[in-house]
Order: sequence, then structure tokens, then C-alpha cells
Amino acid sequence: MARIEFDRIRHAYMANPRSEADYALKELSMTWEDGGAYALLGPSGCGKTTLLNIISGLVHPSGGNIRFDGTDVTALSTEARNIAQVFQFPVIYDTMTVRQNLEFPLRNRGVASGEIARRVDDTLRIIDLADKADRPARRLTADEKQKISLGRGLVRSDVNAILFDEPLTVIDPHMKWQLRSKLKQLHQRFAFTMIYVTHDQTEALTFADKVVVMYEGEVVQTGTPDELFRKPRHTFVGYFIGSPGMNVLPCEAFGTTATIGGHKVRLPAGAPKGATALEIGIRPEFITLTGDKRKGIPVTVRRVEDIGRFRIVHADLDGRPIAATLPEGSEIPAEPRAVLDPANVNLYADSWLVEGGRGP
Amino acid sequence: MNKTWNNKAWFMVLPVLLLVAFNAVIPLMTVVNYSVQETFGNNLFFFEGVKWFREVLHSERFHDSLLRQFFFTGTILAIEIPLGVIIALAMPRSGIWVPVCLVLMALPLLVPWNVVGAMWNIFALPDIGLMGYSINALGIDFNFTRQPVSAWFTVIVMDVWHWTSLVVLLAYAGLRSIPDAYYQAARIDSASRWAVFRYIQLPKMKRVLTIAVLLRFMDSFMIYTEPFVLTGGGPGNTTTILSIDLVKAALGEFNLGIAAAMSIIYFLMTLLVCWVFYSAMMRGEDE
Amino acid sequence: MLELRQVSKIIGAETHIDGVSLTLHPGTLNVLLGPTLSGKTTLMRLMAGLEQPTEGTVHVGGEDVTGRAVRKRNVAMVYQQFINYPTLSVYENIASPLRVARVGAAEIDRRVREAADLLKLAPYLERTPLQLSGGQQQRTALARALVKGADLVLLDEPLANLDYKLREELRAELPRIFSQSGAIFVYATTEPSEALLLGGNTATLHQGRLTQFGPTIDVYRDPADLVTARTFSDPPLNTIAAGKTGARLMIGAENMEIRLPGDAASLPDGDYTAAFHPHHLVLKSPGRGALKLSGTVAVTEITGSESFVHVDVHGARWVSLVHGVHAFPLGATIDVYVDPQRFMLFAADGSLARPAQRIAA
Repeated sequence: MARIEFDRIRHAYMANPRSEADYALKELSMTWEDGGAYALLGPSGCGKTTLLNIISGLVHPSGGNIRFDGTDVTALSTEARNIAQVFQFPVIYDTMTVRQNLEFPLRNRGVASGEIARRVDDTLRIIDLADKADRPARRLTADEKQKISLGRGLVRSDVNAILFDEPLTVIDPHMKWQLRSKLKQLHQRFAFTMIYVTHDQTEALTFADKVVVMYEGEVVQTGTPDELFRKPRHTFVGYFIGSPGMNVLPCEAFGTTATIGGHKVRLPAGAPKGATALEIGIRPEFITLTGDKRKGIPVTVRRVEDIGRFRIVHADLDGRPIAATLPEGSEIPAEPRAVLDPANVNLYADSWLVEGGRGP
Repeated sequence: MNKTWNNKAWFMVLPVLLLVAFNAVIPLMTVVNYSVQETFGNNLFFFEGVKWFREVLHSERFHDSLLRQFFFTGTILAIEIPLGVIIALAMPRSGIWVPVCLVLMALPLLVPWNVVGAMWNIFALPDIGLMGYSINALGIDFNFTRQPVSAWFTVIVMDVWHWTSLVVLLAYAGLRSIPDAYYQAARIDSASRWAVFRYIQLPKMKRVLTIAVLLRFMDSFMIYTEPFVLTGGGPGNTTTILSIDLVKAALGEFNLGIAAAMSIIYFLMTLLVCWVFYSAMMRGEDE
Repeated sequence: MLELRQVSKIIGAETHIDGVSLTLHPGTLNVLLGPTLSGKTTLMRLMAGLEQPTEGTVHVGGEDVTGRAVRKRNVAMVYQQFINYPTLSVYENIASPLRVARVGAAEIDRRVREAADLLKLAPYLERTPLQLSGGQQQRTALARALVKGADLVLLDEPLANLDYKLREELRAELPRIFSQSGAIFVYATTEPSEALLLGGNTATLHQGRLTQFGPTIDVYRDPADLVTARTFSDPPLNTIAAGKTGARLMIGAENMEIRLPGDAASLPDGDYTAAFHPHHLVLKSPGRGALKLSGTVAVTEITGSESFVHVDVHGARWVSLVHGVHAFPLGATIDVYVDPQRFMLFAADGSLARPAQRIAA
């Protein structure tokens, strides 16, 4: 496995990009640590697949360099980069058995047959397909086929990174859980460098140690799931991560006090001077409803969704829609007031998080 | 039982039944009828049982034309299928050249069959034809109206020219249906060009190639116009394949019984080969 | 009202739909929930009349319509793929069913604009579908289905090809859109969470059989059998074998003993499966009477707001869904708790013997 470095990488699909907007991936320098589990999260068209293809060598960047463990690989082909990839739709060699599928990359590289047998047996055990080794691969279910795809990467003991391009798209919900926790387990056991592209926040957050959130060709935040959840750097991250997303409410602020519809809210950071648009961000998980008239801000409940393990309350606060999540079985007060947990209120100036009293 | 019956549905299949009856069942039954009877003209027929079948199966002439037929079919399949696949692999996968290539490939298929025969007849003439003249200019004695080898060569080249396009178009359609991810996965697995062909492209083309082989096989048994216009089965009987022999027997010699028996044997043979081939190819394909 | 009476569909040796009886009322949203190949699409095709049942009958408003052609039924369908006329504008796409029905131009204009407003497509009416995002393309297909004024609108995993967030947005709007129409809506999905968010009624399918039909939250809370409970749990349901003797319930390989409350003690003795939802398996004791079990951590997944801790307990793989960030190393031994009141008990034949008890928060 290897440490992967991006040095001012950027890419445009057109031949002569004129403006910033022509770049599918805007200039980016970052390091993917050896043995890290990363997720690239963003809506379709945000450039995440371009970024993945730059790592695998299927796309050669218009500018910048990419290094594996310090060696420049920008000009190298996919074959020479020694990476593994699992695609959205299972790619298996139809005419081969499960075992032959796993042997294929090793045979192509001229590995000795004793070594092949040993490594294939190990890999079959790791991906739980030892009992199906001699079945034709095309007879297996979609999730098993994805395991074969993964296995073809794992069997090469020397891969630099394993890339996943929305690998759970065609998998049923129950199997998603199993396959996902399998990946996580493999990572914890073997410390592969794994990069996982998805638009699904749950997949991204549960899989990765570090999540890279992308939006319109740019990385807007890189952080642990916990950081992204508690301190989204941009309102887009707040909206994109979490279900429902973060509530964003325009406000006025003086020092560490914000005013929303005539009600005061304490802020963890002071408002910067000269910012044009101020907003507070609060996650639905950090809003509680109370009937106590001395606390909170009055709200009008519009709709309540009972989704089993919790309830989602959609309400209006000063004419703006907000969402709050309440635990299973909780009651909604007759004249509800929303209480925002002050420790988890974030202040945004021009959509960027205000940290520790400083401007963006 | 609540099974629903809807007798109106039968009217829906009636047109198909009529069509099949007129263009397949009725002509076939006529042939079956001829194959068991003897006639001396004047529309008088006598029942003869399996006499014609026995005669045909024991006739050296039939054996020879059958052998020639298999030689012809085998040769064109052995050339057209690999050649078609190679051309399809060489065609561009995207861009402005795709429609150009497709139209060029489709051209030979649009030429009427008798025109193809006439074209190649002139083309191969040793004195004025471009091909015939050029071959002779190379110092090779080439005359398809007199030499069996030249005649066979011309018939086969003509068929390859006319029909390889069909294989190309089918194989190309099969290739186009392979998602890019397969090629990317193969690159990541360091697969050689041959391995990509053997384990990705060929399996994905299997169905269309099966269709291509079946079509070319059946067509090669039916083919009549082109070799008739080109060589007329000659020189001598050297290029008299089954269909030409059949027409000679039926219309040239007015041996209706023999011709009918030949047709039926020939029909059953085609059916059998197609069935065996198709079931062998499709075995284990249950998805 | 749409009624399926003992409908079966058998193709060759395979039974795709097995004796399904179902009654759907106008103005309701009905979710068909089941894994891939459970028969959702076939059932929808039978409802639409695109396929004829091998056995049984389909009734609309009491009238038997079993053999009737799709064109003569007032049905609209939306598919997983975004299916629109690629060369027509969004406006013409939405108008197309009305043009076929020879509705007057002024009326068409009014209805198209109404549907476009409802689905937030008003700014894009002059574009062609290929100039739109996936979400907008699917909105166009939805608008076309709605404008038709169909009695039955079938949606076959309509959001499956959309991004997670777009899915969330559209899903939040669907109940509002549905409530403004008087049609019967049928919505197929593989995802339990989608069914819960949509609400309405849910019919769970398993191998072509209808296992339960009722208000969505009731089916989730009190599944009729183990198969339904599994189909309707995301993350997967936690289960363990249990043996009952009198008022005692012996759990797992190590025979941990629980005393059953009075009403449960009267159940017949024998083998049961105890099952409960992952958010009822917690890391801190929820109070007196909770069962404490020791497990080995297989993997921990953290979403920022919640953690999924996969633990091996008494030979079973369980998931604990808890608030906050809880990271455990692989192979760590931890204590997990579950209140036996939360147990659903399923008899040996899979049927629900005793539902989980409600506990106020």
C-alpha cells in the first residue's frame, strides 16, 4: 500500500479550458495517507469520479502531478500503477469460475502457480467464498460478484490502493450492511489504502475514517465523520451530510448572540465584522421541543413522520421550515417551542463556518 | 379454478398462422407430396413410396454435390466469421467515423444477388476483368470458366465479399454492448489484448456470433443466384453445390420426384445441424 | 378501488406471484416492500394489466377487469429509469397523454402548468429532457403520470437511480403530491427506510407471497411473521434462538434465563425466535430488567450522529444502533443491553407469538 499525493492536480475534459468553470476538477493538493480509509462524497457531477479516475490512471490530469510514495506516476498507465478497483456494476469474467477469476490477475503477471494457489485460497477465505470457489462466477448473486471484484484486487498482495466506485448501487439493503461491514473489517485487519466514491452519506460516513466532501469540482471539507457532523465548514456540507440535513436559518448577530425572529440564541463564536449574510446552522438532532413557555422559540408543527426508531418533526420557525428529530415514542407538546442546543449551534458567514471568532 | 379464458385471443394469432401456412407449410407439403410420387407429365401421378429417397441417398451425384456443399459452407464460415470479428474489433468505438464505417459495411448487403454474380463474373474474367487480368499479370494462370480451382476461388471470394459485412455488423453490435468498466477492470488486472478478447469480448459476442453462424450456414445452403450467374455450376460439375444440382434435377431434367426427395433430405439436414449447433452453444446459458 | 383476488402468476415452473389478495383504496399511498425478485414488479404489471394472472381476478370498483387491455384502463406508470420522449420539450412530454386523449389546447395548457408547478418544473418547460438533471427528468416522468388523471399510478423504484440527497428531497415532496390527487398510488421499493419515510400503507412481499398489509408504522412495529420483520428492518433485525418453559425463556447457546410477564407465560412451551430492532440494543443499561450480554466487537461504523456497533453475541451477529460516537477496537469485549420487553417472539413456524411491548420514552 502507498501514500498518494496530489500536487496541484486539476482536470478539464475540454481541450482548451478558458475559465475556472471549465474544470471538472479544480486545482487540488492533498495527501491520502497510507492505510487510510477515505470516502469521496458528493452529488453527481461534483468531480468525484474524475478524481478517482485520476488516481487509477484512467484519466490523465490536465495539470499537476500525482505521486505514489514519493514516486511521480502522473504519466504511468493504469496497468503500471498497480491499483485495484471495484466498479458500480459487478465486473466478473463470465466464462470463468470464482477461483479462475481470482487467479486471472496473477496469471497475467506471471506469478508462479504454487504462489497463485496459496494466495487465491487465502483470498477466497477472506471474502467468504471458499465454498463457492469452483462455481461459474456468473451464477452468483450481485453482492457475491462484487466480492469477486474486490477479491481480484486483494489477491495481488502488492496493490497501492483499492478504489471503489459506488460499489453498493445494485445491492439489496440487507446485503449492503453485510458487504459494508465486511469492507470495514478488512480495512481494520489489513490496513489497505481504500478510497470509496459515493453519493450516499451513510455509506461514506460508515466506511471512512476521513470523508472528503466535494461540490462543483472542489473539495469543500475533509474530516472525520464526527467533524463533518458537528462542525460542517460550509452550509453545503451541513445540508449534504445528515438526514434530514442541517437547518440553516438567516440571523442577525452581535458578538456571541444571534437573533432569529426576535429571539436570542447564544453562539459559540463571535460574528465577524463586515460579513454580508449571516446564518446559523443547527442539526435536527440538536433541537428539542418543549412546552415550557420560558424556554426556546415558538414553532408551528407542519408534519410529523414516524420512521420507527425516531420521529421527524417538520415545523415553521419564524416562517422558515425546520426539521427536528425526536426519540421513539416521544410526545409533541401542545404549544411547542424549539430549544437549540447551544453547544451545537454553528454560525456561518457567506456560507462558510465562523470558527473561534475569526472570519473565514 | 379461476383460470380466465379469452377466446378472442385466437383471432390475434390468425394472421401469423395464415402467413406461415402460405409461405412455409403449404409449399413444404407440396414438396413432400412430390417426393413420394412419380409423374410422366399431364398431371398424372402415381404413388411410389420411398423410392426417390432410396435413389437419391444411393446416388453418387447427390453425394458429390453434398460434399461440395459442405466444402463451400465450411470454407466460407471459416473465413467470414473470424474475418468479420477482426474487422468489427478494428472499427472505431465512437466518433464521426462510426457511421461512415457502418454505411461502408452495409453496402455489399444492399446489392441484389444476381448483380453480385454478374459483377464478379466480369470482374474475374481473365481477359478484361480487373481481378482476372491482374492475377494473370502476376504470372498465375487463372481462368474460372475452365479451371476448377479458379472457379472455386472466385465463388468463395465473391461470397466472402458479399456476406462478411453481415458478420461484422452483428459482431460490432455485440462489442458495443460491453460496458467500459469491463475494459477498465481488464487493464487493472493487466490482461493482455488476447486475454481481453478471449475472456471479455468473445463471451459477450457469443450470442450474436451464434446467430451469425446460423444465418451464414442456412444462407450458404440456400445460395443459388450468385454461383449460378458466375459459373453455372461449372466448369463441368465442379462448383455444382446442392441448390444448383437441385434446380438442374427439377427444372433441367424435370425429375420432380428426385428433386423433391433431395429438397426434403436437404431441409432435414439443415434443421438438424442448426438445432445441434444452437443447443450446444446455448447450453448452460440460463440467464 | 382496486382489488386483487387470489392472484397468481406462474411462468413455466416458476411461481412469480403466489395467491395475492389485496384491496387498495383511492387517495391512498401503498408501498410494496421487498428485496429484488420478490415479485414487486410482476405484481405492479398485474395491477396495470400489462400481464394477465395465471389464476385469480383483478377488480376495479367492483368490476372484473382481468382480461381488459392496459389502454382501456386508466393507469400511469413511472419506472426506475427516467423514461421521457427525448426529442420533445418538457412541456410536450407532460402534455403527451392529454394529446392522446384529445383534450382541448386551453385545458392542456392549464393542466400541464399545474403539474409543472406541483413538481417544480415551471422554469424548465421549454427544455428537452436531456438538458435536465436526473432528478428533473424523473420529475418530468412523474408529472406526465399525474397529469393523466389516472385512477392508478404505479411507481417502480422511481428514486433508485437518483442521488441520495435528491432522493431525500423528492421523497419528502411525494406524500404532499399524492395527497392532492385522488388516485391509488402504488410505490415499489427495496428500502425499509424509504417505506417508513413515505408512510401510508405497506405490503411486504417475500418470494411472490404477500406477507402482511397494513399502515406502514404498524407493519414495522408488529410484523406478522419473522420474514416480514426481516424485510422491514434496516439495519438487519437482531435475532436469537429461545426456548420457553412456563414463565421462563432460555436464550442463546448459553441458556440465559429471563422471566416472562404474565401474558407471555401463557404461550405454549417450545422453541421460539426472539427478535428486536438494532436501536433497542444499547451500550448502557436502559434500566431494571434489562438483559446484560457480553459480546465481541466485529466492526464499528460511525456516521457522526450515530454508531453502528456490530457485535457477536452467543454465536449471533447483532447490530447496536446508538447515538453519538462510539469507537471500539476490533475484537474488543463489550457489554450490551436489551430490555426483554422489546423482544418480539416468533413461533417455530415463523408467525408472531408475542409483539414487542411499547415503552414510553
